[in-house]
This record gives sequence, structure tokens and C-alpha cells, in this order.
Amino acid sequence: MKPIRVTADTDLQWKDSLTTESSLVRRLLIAAAFFYLTLFLFIPLAAVFAEAFKGGMAAYVGSFLNEDALAAIRLTLLVAFVAVPLNAVFGVAAAWAIAKFDFVGKQILVTLIDMPLAVSPVISGLIYVLLFGAQGWLGPWLAEHDIKIIFALPGIVLATIFVTVPFVARELIPLMQSQGRDEEEAAITLGASGWQMFTRVTLPNIKWSLLYGVILCNARAMGEFGAVSVVSGHIRGLTNTMPLHVEILYNEYNAVSAFAVASLLTLLAIVTLAAKAVVERKMLSPIIVADPVLPVQAGSSR
Amino acid sequence: MSIQVDHVTKRFGTFTVLNDVSLHVEEGELVALLGPSGCGKTTLLRILAGLERPDQGRIFLQGTEVTDQRISERRVGFVFQHYALFRHMTVADNVAFGLTVLPRTQRPSETRIQEKVRELLGLVQLQAMADRYPSQLSGGQRQRVALARALAVEPKLLLLDEPFGALDAKVRKELRRWLRRLHDELHITGILVTHDQEEALEVADRVVVMHQGNIEQIGTPDEVYENPANPFVYRFLGDVNVFHGRVSEEQIEQERSEGRSGGTSERAGEREVTFVRPHDLELSRSRTNDDQVEATVRTVLTAGSRVRVELMSQISGQAIEVELTKERYRELAVGEGEVVFVHPRHRRVFKMPPP
Amino acid sequence: MRLMLKQPSVLPGFGLTLGFSVFYLSLIVLIPLSGLFVKTSTLSWDQFWDVITTPRAIASYQLTFGASMVGAIINGLFGSIIAWVLVRYRFPGQSLVDALVDLPFALPTAVAGITLAAIYSPNGWIGQYLDPLGIKVAFTPLGVLVALTFIGLPFVVRTVQPVLQDLDREVEEAATTLGANRWQTFRAVIVPELWPALLTGMAMAFARAVGEYGSVIFIAGNMPLKSEITPLLIMTKLDQYDYTGATALGVVMLVTSFVLALAINLLQWWSTARHMNQ
Repeated sequence: MKPIRVTADTDLQWKDSLTTESSLVRRLLIAAAFFYLTLFLFIPLAAVFAEAFKGGMAAYVGSFLNEDALAAIRLTLLVAFVAVPLNAVFGVAAAWAIAKFDFVGKQILVTLIDMPLAVSPVISGLIYVLLFGAQGWLGPWLAEHDIKIIFALPGIVLATIFVTVPFVARELIPLMQSQGRDEEEAAITLGASGWQMFTRVTLPNIKWSLLYGVILCNARAMGEFGAVSVVSGHIRGLTNTMPLHVEILYNEYNAVSAFAVASLLTLLAIVTLAAKAVVERKMLSPIIVADPVLPVQAGSSR
Repeated sequence: MSIQVDHVTKRFGTFTVLNDVSLHVEEGELVALLGPSGCGKTTLLRILAGLERPDQGRIFLQGTEVTDQRISERRVGFVFQHYALFRHMTVADNVAFGLTVLPRTQRPSETRIQEKVRELLGLVQLQAMADRYPSQLSGGQRQRVALARALAVEPKLLLLDEPFGALDAKVRKELRRWLRRLHDELHITGILVTHDQEEALEVADRVVVMHQGNIEQIGTPDEVYENPANPFVYRFLGDVNVFHGRVSEEQIEQERSEGRSGGTSERAGEREVTFVRPHDLELSRSRTNDDQVEATVRTVLTAGSRVRVELMSQISGQAIEVELTKERYRELAVGEGEVVFVHPRHRRVFKMPPP
Repeated sequence: MRLMLKQPSVLPGFGLTLGFSVFYLSLIVLIPLSGLFVKTSTLSWDQFWDVITTPRAIASYQLTFGASMVGAIINGLFGSIIAWVLVRYRFPGQSLVDALVDLPFALPTAVAGITLAAIYSPNGWIGQYLDPLGIKVAFTPLGVLVALTFIGLPFVVRTVQPVLQDLDREVEEAATTLGANRWQTFRAVIVPELWPALLTGMAMAFARAVGEYGSVIFIAGNMPLKSEITPLLIMTKLDQYDYTGATALGVVMLVTSFVLALAINLLQWWSTARHMNQ
């Protein structure tokens, strides 16, 4: 029988060495993983910033200091400012109903919430064009009343809300399901009102996941491209969000400015990933404490 | 607070969890609802708390009907099976919760609340843990926090759902004695749900044995243990030997003549069942009276202070379990394969309903 | 609302939260989506069929589904390896790598698109080494594959990872004590456990890739019949105010998405059902 080798470069316990691979296989697998991640994650990530700073710091800063760029940033913030709170309120409400109650048709509701994730972003835009566009259902009526939705801010907001509907709800539903109803029922038995129960028991229990859900929702709202592209009409300074502005700059061969704006969006994505890591750490498994022996008088045994 | 449960029925879908249950609990009593899982005991407890509504029947607390009363108006303390402590609050904040959610006009002052929390934590012997979070406590400590929290609102009725279910055997024993002492101090009406007969018999003033949504028997621990109302209670309250005793020929003759049954003696025999607890069986090496069964010793198991002897009846081949003290076993000095005579000191015969 | 509830509960807010959720979803999701089908119903079946079977449309399906499939398979292989390495081994920078796996999910697609195009263009960081070998990635169907592989990366890792974490080491130990070598244990004990999760992850990556738009259009070159994906074809039709054509293709995409979503649900159900049995 071959002796079991315990390699020094790992902190594997001897026991684990019974159920792990040889060090060669281990190294090969780690190398394969890193190769793939380098190709698809590390290089693109580095490339965004390398391209953005190609023209130096002045060119980088200059990419933001013009009317079109500032207008795109303003619009993106505005869209997120409307879409994210709405979806956060929806997410909490839907998660409350789904996680804490049993009702007929629950699965249909869950499927409906996930729907925007399954649909192509182009279609997410298309459905609003069909509804509110010049040739759409409500198009003639809207034109009559001089209300612009498509190729205007409301369309962009609607498409963004559609695309980001699931994010808060999806973070909260599994968490609230796993937390069960006990704590809320306890609050009610102790005399709390519905609102007291929600603010003092439910909300503190979900706050980290809610925060991450909001950050993720925000990142997707600010970064949405396909759906917004369909409904925006690409009017510079008016209906261009940051991702659309990136597209225009890129198509005009203004690579430095395109990547400069892109780097800002990349930072947003990195903040989102960091938030996720922090939230996961916050939810660390609880410490297990052994039961100490209670002081019981001697002779109390039978 | 006295409790009156009046013909309560509860269904979940097509499944009847409680079937026309009635129960009366006196003020200051500690009552155990005992039964196997799925017998409806927890549902009954939750109905008393106001966490569930009965489909039929009424609930009275202190003579007042509360069936439709909101949970917050009932003034009950409920201790959840898995404690349901607020995980983001310290122990002190958990205990204080019920006081801090009172309407401003009824809410005690901040210092009074703190005082009260200290008192309660003293009562449950957890003064030192006030600033800890539930995740930093052991199971037994969490259990006591849950109890202190329920007591903070000065309930007139304390409901405990499997209070010791999730604890180690040793901690359970300590905690249930402690709970009994606490109850004797506070004189609060209490109902606890358990599936552990030992726990129910040791802690409660009265035991309510439940099975499949029905109450099988209500009585003091001695009553239900010594005098079980039916085979289910007998089986549920401890190990038991079951003998499908033969009904005498005269009895069968009598039944035939009355035209009640055309059954054979074999069928008649099945309708009578004798229950004997293992420790109610006496062994002897020689036949001393007629009421003895001859049996062979198959295995002898020593468990602590008791010895379990497994026998095989020489007449029917049925397995018989006998529990002896160690002293008695030494006196007898029987070994495996030897023949002994078994005599029941105490037995209970139930007539089985016709099939 | 009592009728809707299977069991009444003391917890408040059911009617309010469910009512609001249903109202909001109807307004934002259900009504707009059904509008797509209503619009299609104005077409006759023959018209519909003609629109969705033009050579250009068929070429776009082939590229979209083909590249999505290949991308899902590549992610199935490398995603499993990454999940395995993250769960089973310890190495420096591990938590950073673990966090970064979700990057394609968090990064705006337009950013991914221009970055991949820049890297794989003939003078880009990777493209400059591929170009002399005669491999052209940017502005070819290969570019589409690169983009669709990129955006599908997190799915397999994130579905396989938790299953691997929950995998009971004792089962592997048991296999070892019964005389199985590492490879036999892997084949007979681990792979069957991972299989449903792996398939689910691949199906998710595939579904995401099929609908992808932003990251593809910059690197694809978008030549009709060659490197044009279906979502782009819909976009082109919209730009030409051909709403009927866009709608018909949209329905094809939407129905595909539904079928895939259903398949993923079934896979997940299968996956959890297997876990329940243990």
C-alpha cells in the first residue's frame, strides 16, 4: 500500500487526505480554474481600467466633464432613484406574503417574479414599445394627450423597473422562509402591533439581505443596456443613460472616454460584489454553546 | 386564570387535527398535554394562545369567551418550541420587548423596564447573560430567556410548546424540575405540551393524554399511570406486555346463547386483551399458584439499576419482557435458557370492540 | 382574502402585501408581456411563419442557440472545476476569487461588450496572439461565443458550489473504506450527486445566453446571416419600424424562454427531490 502523503502547502487534515486527490491533480485543477478565470475575469477587469487610463489622468477626468456625460450620469441616477425604491418596497411586500403565508397560487406568483430574468432584455424593451409606442395599444391616446413614454424618461424608468423587479424579492424570499414565522408570532403574542412587529423584528432580521438586494437592484438598474436601448431612442443629453453613452462613445471610436465611463460602471459592479461578500460574512453561522450544568441541589435525583 | 375549552374542532384541509375536544383547567394548575406527534396537542395550545382559530367550539378564559379575541388582548405568555428569540436583540432586549411595545400610556418608564428585566433574569438565573445575543447562549439558556420574555408581560396564563424538546437528556431533567419549582413560586396557570410521558408525569398536576385529535384521558399523573382508561393510554405511558388472553369457554357459551356471536373460541379470544407492565411481573423458580405462565429465559440485559429479562412463553411462544431490580435478579439467579414462572402482580384487562 | 389562504394566520399584512404584489406584477410584468401575444395574434399563421423562417432569422437562431449551447458546455466543464477548487481546496486569494465569480452578473453588459471586443480585437491583449495563428475572434461568430461564455460563467459555479458544500464527506469516506480509489469514488459517488445541479446551472447559463444582447453586439460584427444574433435582429426590425416582424421574433424568443424556465424548474425540482430522499 502506498503511504499517504500529507503535503505541507495545504492545511488539510490527515483525515481529509483520505478523501482528496493527489497533489498533482490538485495543482492541475487549481491551474485550470485560474486559467479560465484569468481569461474571462481578470483580463477583462484589468482591461477596462487600462483602456480608460490610456490617455492619462486628464483625458480620464475630461471624459466626465462634458455636458453629454454629465447628462447621462444624471439620468442614470434619476432612473435608479425611481426604480430601486419601488422594487425594494415590492420585494419586501412580495417576500412577506410568499415567505410567511401559505396560499393558493403562490408558485405562480414566484414564477411571475422570476419572469424578467428569463426574458431577453430586448424583449423587455419591446413589450413597452408595443404598449406605449406610436403604433402601440395606447400610442394614439398618449399622442392625443401629448404624453411621451417611449423615447422619453417614463419608458426608460418602466423598462428598468421591469428588468430589476426580481432582485430584492429573490434575496429576501429564501431568507425569510428559512427564518420562519416563530419570531413574528412571538412578537405578536407579546403584544406588538403589526407595524411594531415589522420594524422591530422582521426588518432587523432581513436588513443585510435587503441592503444587498437594493445594491444589486441598483447596480442592474444603472447598468441595464438592452431594454433601455430599445425604449430610449438614444437622444443625446436627453435619453442617454450611462451604458448608452458608453455605446455611443465606442461607436464614435472615442475608446478612452467610452472606457472611462465604463470604468465607473465597473466600480459599481465591484462595490456590489464587495457588498455581497460583506453580507455573507454578516450571516455567519451562529456560535454553538454547550449547556452548562445548572446548579441543582444534591440528592434531587431519584 | 381558569380555562374552558368547549367542543373545539379544528381541521387543516381534510385532516381533522382536533375532534370535538373539551377541557377544563383550574386556576393555578400546571397541566401537560401529552401525546404522540400529530395528536393535536400543539394545535390545541396554539388555539388557546390565539395563534390559530378553531373551526368549531369556544374558548373561555376566566369565564369570558375569547374565541374571537385578538391574541394581544388575551394576556397569555407563549414559549415556543424553538424559543423564537429575536436573534438581533440582546437577552435583556428580548425580555424587555413585551414591555416596550405597550402603548405609551401603559408603558413603564425606561428604568422600571430595566429593573423588571433584571428581576426576571434573576428569576431564570441568567443575570450574567443580559448583554449576550441568543446565538451566544446554550439551548437551556435560550429556553430560560424565552420563559423570562413570556413572563415579562405578566401573563395570567403560560403556554409552553415542547419546552424541553430540543435539549439534552440531562439538561431536560434539570430544567423541568426547575420549571416545577418556578410554577410553585409563581402560581400561574400553565399548560405545557410534550410527547415525553416521563416529563408529563413528573412536572404536571394533571395530564391530558391525546391521540388523533381526541382526548383519551384526563387525570393526575398517578391516575393516568396506575389506571389508564384504554389500551392506547396504557401503551403510551410506558413499556407494556400485551396478552391476547383467552376468554373462558363459559363466557363464549353465554355469548352464543344470547345470539351475540357465532364466533369460534379463537375469535372470541382476540377480543380481550391484558396489559401488564414489565415491572409488574414477578418471576419465581417454581410454580406457586395457578395464575402463572411457564417461560424460558432468552436474554438478560443489565441497564443501570434495573435488569430486563426477556422470556418466551412456553404455551404461546410469545415474548414477555420483565423488569427486575438488581437485588431481586441476584436472588433469583436465573440464567439464559432456564425455565421460570411468571406471575402478574398487577394487570389490566380491556375488552376489544368486535371487529 | 381568506379564501386564498390555505391556513389562517395571526401574522398581519397578508391581504395588503399580496394585493400590492399582484397589482404591481400585473402592471409591470403581466400586462406588458401579454401585450406581445395580443400583438402577434393580429398576424395570420402564414404571415407569422414567414416572418420567423426567413433565412436571416434561421441563421440568427442557429448562431444564438449554437453559441449559447457551446458556451453552456464550456461553462459546465470549467464552472465545475472552479466550484470544486473553491469548495475543496485552500489557496491564497480564494475569497477574492469566490467574490469575483459573480462579476459577469454584476457588470453592465455594455461594459462587458466593449471590453471583450477590445481584448480580442487583432491588436488587443489576447487578440494579438491569436491573430498570427489565423484565429479571428472579434467580429466573427467566435466573438459571439466568447461573449456568451463570459456572461454564463457564474451560473454553473453558483449552482454546483452549494451542492458540493453539502456533500457528506462520510459518503466518500465510506466509498474509500470499501476499497474504491479516488477516481472511482468521484465517478460513482460524487458525480451522480452533482449531476442535477450541473445540468441546472448549464440550463441557466444557456437561457441567459440566448437572450443576451449588450455584451454580444460589440464583439459580434453583426453581419446578417453570419454573426447576427436573434435579439439584434429584433432590434434591427424595430429600428426599421417593422413592429410586426419584431413582435413575431419576440414571441419565438419569449416562448423559448418559457420552455427553458420550465425546464430549469423541473431540473431544480429533480435536484431538490433527490436531496430530500436522503
